[in-house]
Amino acid sequence: MSVPILTLITFIPIIGVFFILSIDSKRQELIRVTALLVSIVVFFISLPLFFNFDSHVYDMQFVEKLRWIPSFGIYYYLGIDGISLFLILLTTFITPLSILASWHITKNVKEYMIAMLVLETGMVGVFVSLDLFLFYVFWELMLIPMYLLIGIWGGPRRIYAAVKFFIYTMAGSVFMLLAIIALYFLNYKSTGEYTFNLLEYYRLDISFAAQFWLFLAFFLAFAIKVPMVPFHTWLPDAHVEAPTAGSVILAGVLLKMGTYGFVRFCLPLFPEASHAFIPVISWMAIVGIIYGALVSMAQDDLKKLVAYSSVSHLGFVMLGIFAFNIQGIEGGITQMINHGLSTGALFLIVGMLYERRHTRMIADFGGLTKQIPVFATFFMIVTLSSIGLPGLNGFVGEFLILVGAFKSRILYASLATTGIILAAVYMLWMFQRVMFGEITHEENKTLKDINKREFVILAPIVLLVFWIGIYPNSFLRKMDASVNHLLKQVGDKANIVSNIQIHNKPEQLQGIGVPKIDIVPENKTEW
Amino acid sequence: MLNLVGLILLFPIIGTAINGLFGKRLKKETVGYVACGSIGLSFFISVLVFCGLLLLPPDARLFEKQLFSWIESGSFKAAAGLQVDPLSSLMILVVTGVGFLIHIYSVGYMHNDKGYHRYFCYLNLFTFSMLLLVLSNNFLLMFIGWEAVGLCSYLLIGFWFEKKSASDAAKKAFIVNRVGDFGFALGIMLIFLTFHSIDFTEVFNAASHGNFGVGSFTVTVITLLLFMGATGKSAQIPLYTWLPDAMEGPTPVSALIHAATMVTAGVYMIARCNVLYTMSPFTMTVVASIGAVTALFAASIGLVQNDIKRVLAYSTISQLGYMFLACGVGAFTAGIFHLMTHAFFKALLFLGSGSVIHALSGEQDMRKMGGLKHHIPITYKTFLIGTVAIAGLPPFAGFFSKDEILLESLVRGNFIYWLIAAIAAFFTAFYMFRLLFMTFHGESRVDHHVAEHIHESPRNMTIPLMILAGLSFVGGFLGIPGASAINNFLAPVFGGHPHTEISGTESIGHHSEGHPYLMMVISTAIAVAGISLAYRMYVKKPEMPGRLAERFHLIYKLLLNKYYVDEIYDVLFVKPTKIISIQLWKRVDALMIDGSVNGIARLVGWFGNIFRHLQTGYIRNYAFYIVAGCIFIIVLTVFGK
Amino acid sequence: MITLTHYIVLSAILFTLGVVGVLIRRNAIIIFMCIELMLNAVNLSFVAFAHYLNSMQGQLFVFFTMTVAAAEAAVGLAIIVAVFRNKETVNIDDINIMKW
Repeated sequence: MSVPILTLITFIPIIGVFFILSIDSKRQELIRVTALLVSIVVFFISLPLFFNFDSHVYDMQFVEKLRWIPSFGIYYYLGIDGISLFLILLTTFITPLSILASWHITKNVKEYMIAMLVLETGMVGVFVSLDLFLFYVFWELMLIPMYLLIGIWGGPRRIYAAVKFFIYTMAGSVFMLLAIIALYFLNYKSTGEYTFNLLEYYRLDISFAAQFWLFLAFFLAFAIKVPMVPFHTWLPDAHVEAPTAGSVILAGVLLKMGTYGFVRFCLPLFPEASHAFIPVISWMAIVGIIYGALVSMAQDDLKKLVAYSSVSHLGFVMLGIFAFNIQGIEGGITQMINHGLSTGALFLIVGMLYERRHTRMIADFGGLTKQIPVFATFFMIVTLSSIGLPGLNGFVGEFLILVGAFKSRILYASLATTGIILAAVYMLWMFQRVMFGEITHEENKTLKDINKREFVILAPIVLLVFWIGIYPNSFLRKMDASVNHLLKQVGDKANIVSNIQIHNKPEQLQGIGVPKIDIVPENKTEW
Repeated sequence: MLNLVGLILLFPIIGTAINGLFGKRLKKETVGYVACGSIGLSFFISVLVFCGLLLLPPDARLFEKQLFSWIESGSFKAAAGLQVDPLSSLMILVVTGVGFLIHIYSVGYMHNDKGYHRYFCYLNLFTFSMLLLVLSNNFLLMFIGWEAVGLCSYLLIGFWFEKKSASDAAKKAFIVNRVGDFGFALGIMLIFLTFHSIDFTEVFNAASHGNFGVGSFTVTVITLLLFMGATGKSAQIPLYTWLPDAMEGPTPVSALIHAATMVTAGVYMIARCNVLYTMSPFTMTVVASIGAVTALFAASIGLVQNDIKRVLAYSTISQLGYMFLACGVGAFTAGIFHLMTHAFFKALLFLGSGSVIHALSGEQDMRKMGGLKHHIPITYKTFLIGTVAIAGLPPFAGFFSKDEILLESLVRGNFIYWLIAAIAAFFTAFYMFRLLFMTFHGESRVDHHVAEHIHESPRNMTIPLMILAGLSFVGGFLGIPGASAINNFLAPVFGGHPHTEISGTESIGHHSEGHPYLMMVISTAIAVAGISLAYRMYVKKPEMPGRLAERFHLIYKLLLNKYYVDEIYDVLFVKPTKIISIQLWKRVDALMIDGSVNGIARLVGWFGNIFRHLQTGYIRNYAFYIVAGCIFIIVLTVFGK
Repeated sequence: MITLTHYIVLSAILFTLGVVGVLIRRNAIIIFMCIELMLNAVNLSFVAFAHYLNSMQGQLFVFFTMTVAAAEAAVGLAIIVAVFRNKETVNIDDINIMKW
């Protein structure tokens, strides 16, 4: 067996935590540098994942499997495929940047950095685990440092926001835990073996009624995490109160866990139920896209505006995933990465403005371009990427999603496309109010342009923004096999589409499955 | 030679990169040389490519070059590929040629601006995007160019971002264009769904050889959606409102983007998709009607505007309407021909007005001009040529192209199209000469301290003017009826499709003998009538306009306020959206959703408040509960069954 | 002959004494002793059953219980001493601040 890369990237941050624990808490600079170095090392170790990833294979790769608690069938089972690959890379990429963005934190630096590193372990763990028990452990593990980040280093209403975030997520997770345990026993019933192995669960044949309830439980956990309207209200509060790095990680990675969960668990485990839920989720996604955009337009706080725009963007991702075809899902995954990059960058930029002016109110800015041109350029590029300008990353994801949605139902895509108009409205309006015009506030006349540290933070993101926009194939090719396999899995298990859509009664759904690769055949697009 | 086509795109993007990254540290001259040089090289290669195409036999004039595969997902494939055919080769010549002249002009015009390098960076980026738009070989890559020119337009309109009006106009332009792009994007998706490809060649082949009859519903929807994109980019009703505001940008930008190149992208796109359009008579009717109505509508607003650039902006909208009218009646060649001549004379007029504005230290109101003829003679002469060209007097360029459109609208369309176009032509002649007379003739109404500084523009501004004037003069000869070079050249693109009844290869005279010459006389007469009316009103009797304005008070006010379209849009779309968004946030989000979440929390808290009194703090109470519980369970297990 | 029943009855009596003591006495130390009484009642039944079933497991558990009881006694007494130092009383009615 070769180097256990996945274990390394999951647990090196924890080793880093021990390093930091041994440092005197007064030596803040050393602590910061150590944390940064650790996260950079993790990033470099994760790079071979990308280069050595075999894009022709849909099986899990870099697999590590050890017994953990054999008497309950619990394994330490890690592995990735084309779906989780990029989310892991996104995590290892975003973490050093957010650590770098927290250089100004002076309160309890040691604890802060420890929280960041533990968070990284939790996040990577969620994406690599193939054992549901292990998954759940990581899922809850990452909740705690995030809770602390918001609750200790957050803004004035941090306690409220942190508790809201925690309880919201917990409420969802509990149902998921129940569903996991139900799966555990269902699996025992049909195979006579106790296991939490996800890949074993994929082979289960679950009755529609059971699928329905299990899907609902998973759905609740993930829909809160995504977040889908109307489960989204924790997000603006959490974002507004969280420190910059917290917001970046929240937007960049944590929200993706919801959408990732749908792709990894809901679709392959409960194909028929997922299918039955297409209209519900698509409509929720569309409402999310338009609602998020409209509410975003009304905001006067920059962070809140970006937070609501996340709701809108993730609506696109959900729409793509539930289009049930290759363009939709690949677009959805691409859009997860894009959103992580561009919204992450937007939060970084808002954070930089906050560091300079200690306000996030749009009305307190205006005309900044004149004072800080380089900063303005970065801001512009990121804004445009968020709007989905062709040639930048946002467009690739959004367009593929819309093509996918269009293939499955034209109405959905047409409604969702209005979101790109609204995105232009709220983003450009915000940009105009912040960056254009005359400088109206005296304080803004002495602002300093971007410094080296900030440049180092933003430049890699902008590079990726262009890379994905201009040559997305280097990413899309790695997903192909996995996404195709996913669709085949879903198709093999699902009954005939029309069967589900016409008879919505669970009893009638237990017929013999007919294999189908593309669930919505190309020539059967609905208006 | 055709293989060089990639270089056409490469040079401008290199220019963008150099000026964008290092422009701040470079000397102004270097920035100018880099910018102009890159476009110049690009123009040179374009000429080579054009010649290369000419060397091929007419039927083989299609060259495709795949650069790399851009987006590939399942059956969805979008390549980054270029395509050279007569249509695109003509477009690259216009874009790089006019673009080059405007770059040179800009060196002089923008000389004192602080954002010099930024300006040229944007301008090069624009040229790159526009070239990408016209050279792409599939819909999605074209869409990139389409949006990227929109972005550059946004950046350049808002170039003087300190001005609120400028940044407002920029934002408006982008958002209105986005509305059009909404249609364009949906159109591309529907094309993919229908033809399983978005490659031009494949789609058009599939369309003409597939089982889509003329008037097929799907094709009609596709073409209407694409046309929606065109109305946004090319400023047609109902999405034209951004173009007049776009005049907030520097004048050379108005010349390049908002007159010569970008706004004609819609016409180019329709001409490119002529196979699809001719398959849908309904869409063609829509295109022609919107074109005709826009031509008249915008021209009527142009009659009374006082800002020199706004008159030109409405004139541009009106002329674009002509092009759409031509495309709508199936005379794509006429549309493209007018596109080309319009690029020459409208660029000339904008640059000329820029020269006037430059001379008057930034004054744009024509009521404060007059009598400039002798102060800036070169500008005047070139401007006169441009005005004559747009008014449609023979033998200037505008005469031939507009005449052809008028003719085609009668022959292929109907009398109403012709009538509208003719009235619009009359208006055009009138308002253009009104502009000329108010600016250059008569008494000087210039402010005193401005008057002292009036000066002719430097050489690098006047030379482009002269070249463009020359082009405005000779450009029309490419399309002389009967021996039309442009017709024959573009024939492979527009002719020879099974479903088309229109065949560009036939010369115009073929349709109806005798008509062309009569038509020439009529259209000349229309132009002369317009000019003489303007002469009477603004030179002979300068008091007459005021009297007329008083007598037709209501109409005058309606026109001056541009039919209140901006206000109507504001009430219909902008304000409701704002109100809805605020209501959604305050009521739905904060009150309903968050309210119910917090309500649940409060409910839980309330229960806790009640039950906490069970915690007395006395150990024996707790011990008692335990014992009671134990006894209860024991009783239950023993006697329960 | 002393049968298993005798042991169990004795154990039950001792346990009940312990429970009643915990419930009605006020002095923390006496309550503490009552708890010990309950533990030992259980121990007794463990031993009795171990003998009856001829299994060593019961005896084993008794050792466990005794160890835990010892630890508990140490910790408990320490707490009582600490409380006494603070409040100068071991009357549990006065020690009721551990509520809401």
